[in-house]
Amino acid sequence: MNEPDVVVGIGGAAGDGVASAGNTLAVSVARQGQAVYAYNSYQSVIRGGHSWLRLRISAGKPLNHGDRVDALIALNQDTLDRHLPELIGGSVALYNSAKLRPGGEPPAGVELCPLPVPDLAPAYKQLPVMQNTVAVGAVIGLMGLDFTGLESVLESTFAKKPHVVNMNVEAARAGYDYAAIHFKPLSKQLRPNGQRWALVTGNELLAMGAAFAGCKFYCAYPMSPATHVLEWFAAHGKELGICVRQVEDEISVINMTIGASHMGARALCATSGGGLALMTEAIGLSGMLETPVVVVNVQRAGPSTGVPTKTEQGDLNQALGASQGDFPRIIMAPLSMTDCFTTPALAFNVADRYQCPVIILTDLLMAEGNETVDPARLDVEFQIDRGELITAAPAGDDGSAAAGEPYLRYKDTASGISPRAVPGLPGHLYVAASDEHDEDGVIISDVYTDTVRRKKMADKRSRKMATALEHLPAPTLEGPADAEVTLVGWGSTWGVLAEAVEHLNRAGISASHLQIKFLVPFHTAEVAAILGRSRRVVVVENNQSGQFARHLRAETGIAAHGHIRKYDGEPFEPKHIVAGVRELLTNGTTVVEVLSTEPGWRTEHPTGTSGDWAGRLVAPAKTSSLAT
Amino acid sequence: MPSAVAVLELKDFKADVPPDWCAGCGDFGVLNALFHACAELGRQPHEILVVSGIGCSSNLPGFFRSYGVHSLHGRALPFATGAKLANHGMTVIVTGGDGDGYGIGLNHFIQAMRRNIDMTYIVMDNETYGLTTGQVSPTSETGMVTKTTPHGNLEGMLNPLALALASGCGYVARGFSGQPKHLQKLYADAIRYPGFALVDVFSPCVTFNKHNSYEWFRKRVYKLEDTPHDPSDFHAAMDAALTWGEKIPIGLVYRDANPRPSLHTQDPGLQAGLLVHQPVGVTKEQRQKLIEEFM
Repeated sequence: MNEPDVVVGIGGAAGDGVASAGNTLAVSVARQGQAVYAYNSYQSVIRGGHSWLRLRISAGKPLNHGDRVDALIALNQDTLDRHLPELIGGSVALYNSAKLRPGGEPPAGVELCPLPVPDLAPAYKQLPVMQNTVAVGAVIGLMGLDFTGLESVLESTFAKKPHVVNMNVEAARAGYDYAAIHFKPLSKQLRPNGQRWALVTGNELLAMGAAFAGCKFYCAYPMSPATHVLEWFAAHGKELGICVRQVEDEISVINMTIGASHMGARALCATSGGGLALMTEAIGLSGMLETPVVVVNVQRAGPSTGVPTKTEQGDLNQALGASQGDFPRIIMAPLSMTDCFTTPALAFNVADRYQCPVIILTDLLMAEGNETVDPARLDVEFQIDRGELITAAPAGDDGSAAAGEPYLRYKDTASGISPRAVPGLPGHLYVAASDEHDEDGVIISDVYTDTVRRKKMADKRSRKMATALEHLPAPTLEGPADAEVTLVGWGSTWGVLAEAVEHLNRAGISASHLQIKFLVPFHTAEVAAILGRSRRVVVVENNQSGQFARHLRAETGIAAHGHIRKYDGEPFEPKHIVAGVRELLTNGTTVVEVLSTEPGWRTEHPTGTSGDWAGRLVAPAKTSSLAT
Repeated sequence: MPSAVAVLELKDFKADVPPDWCAGCGDFGVLNALFHACAELGRQPHEILVVSGIGCSSNLPGFFRSYGVHSLHGRALPFATGAKLANHGMTVIVTGGDGDGYGIGLNHFIQAMRRNIDMTYIVMDNETYGLTTGQVSPTSETGMVTKTTPHGNLEGMLNPLALALASGCGYVARGFSGQPKHLQKLYADAIRYPGFALVDVFSPCVTFNKHNSYEWFRKRVYKLEDTPHDPSDFHAAMDAALTWGEKIPIGLVYRDANPRPSLHTQDPGLQAGLLVHQPVGVTKEQRQKLIEEFM
């Protein structure tokens, strides 16, 4: 990233308006051509607790939320106490001086920006949330942007209430002007430009991408962090002609979804790990009926209820092993929020083509994080490939078997793919069974034994995967093949790894980067060829046991030289990876576990993620733990 | 698609596969009555989807000539719900047993009735787990000795009819596979009902339930149609549903005189017609409007 970037951290209790202040700020800066990447670290409470939203803002598109804060907006005392001590020289701290007071001296070079909110916004007495508007106005000025973006956002947000618009615009302008007079602008100044941006979350992009790709049925049970997919569909089902249902549990969800798909509708469901656990048996049903289904698992920190509002890449093993027996499945993990938009179209196409379940693994980080996307990249018409789907019957057929060869739903073809007739068509009657069945669908599970047909049908199903990789683009190595380290990640860590590689190269450690999207089937030949030439393979993943590293070894025979892992609930930041690589190179550590902490936070329950990298080695053994 | 005018016969619905049930199994009567009811209704086999779960009775779709799905244990109702919502032009019939529907699938049973999805649910209730060779079921009588209750069933009996009434089911009936003509009438009526319809059928397991035999039922059952029972009277229906003992009613227990609209007629996403007939994807205008929401 060559453009200057500013990271704004907004903290408060749930109910203080952290998210809406962040949204106002993000849309405002986006309307001045700035791109945004935002991550909200929050607790599973409706009121109270601590919520810590970081927005990284730059004219060059940020790929992650960064690893520092330039401007702190503290909405409550707790936030000021937690995050002021972790600020570094050149940054600013904004707070309502009528309510909050710094607990001690700020770190050297940090500018305190007390805002006399009651004087700047008279409406504050009735509407405490006005302090947010004042602070957003002030921070926009300090970044070097002008007031027009914010003004237009406030006007559109409160369009139905003109007096609220005026109140907010006045408060925002008072903050903007006050900051210009009393505080020093940030050393990094942003430059407005004409680029337009759409501000989206990964969940919204995934839902919209699925709708664009022809999703006609969406079904879910509310579960964080997947719920917003359901809410997007519920809000748009009527206008788009999509049947959207919230039902009793995830068992019902997936069986309904498969039922809808069985009739010929493109059908999708999304959940998190606990929901996928309930769906497991029916994933195998999809495999056996050869009825396509696309299931999204928005991973959160497990096991069991785990940490519902925290991120992790801990469900790869679950996806690999979902359901008993052997059957073809496809597993893919989008690499970014933007990739969440295009992935459902690909997933539907391969699900239809191979008549099998497809699991999409996203995670809380990209599902709930905000990112700006060039709207031109969203205005696309996806190619729709329904595979060998029979949707029309010979005219005049009255439902009796068509003349000539009878229709065989599970015909044993060379490709293993059997043309799939949609129920309701004349001339193609069949029963689809979860029991093992022959080509005509008649079950063979109740006979004494039928080894030949059992093997034939299992082979037919597995043979379908022979060509699947042709539809899934192979990963490519970014950077030199002979780099000192090759970082290998999967799914959502793409953005943070891409930036970490830049940092490493600047620090004189030559690094390359391989990011895997398709977990099953696996590009074994391509990945083995790339990593076979690598000097030092380091797998980076957001889980405890190295689930992907084991999968990589199983698929390619390549055991990574080193591992950087994080399973504290918070996502990686570039500094974690840089420090992890240094640790691996200097001390020969095999497994480095990194941890986010807040130096300024004085309880046993750190919840934030910012601050200088301390590089503290907790366990100087084969496995190292590093805390920030 | 309009049905052909051709007169349908029993053989039009008879699959080439003969049932593999034990000789004398109550499920034969259930299947035969269904052949007759469907022939009577005039729906073509390809316009019918029969969905089952797992169990002896759930093999039924394999013996019935139509589109069919033999799904997972307890999950026939959600599967059929998704199928009906995707193509509500189909006549959907769900079949299964008491273990499948009232045990492992009980939650879905209640929710499907609450949801009022337009389908007919035929439960072959034999008060035992037959396919697993005779264990206690949710409808086994208290005290009943089975392989897993050698000292007698300690648990209370589930009452599917009362549960259905309490769950908002607009059509509640009970039949006996020993009286197939009566059963056929209930099926035809249930399939015509515009909403979720339950037909619980006493379907004796001659192999693993020696207690609830044909003889046992024959001695007890009487037809509500032969009494002054008014099936549009909810409270009278509840009284009938709760009647158990020396005399047990069969027949039409309840039929809502003003049926609630069924789900597919109400779902906002289905107003343009059958989901499977809608164009796949969105228009350029829709696309641009959706993107603009994020600007």
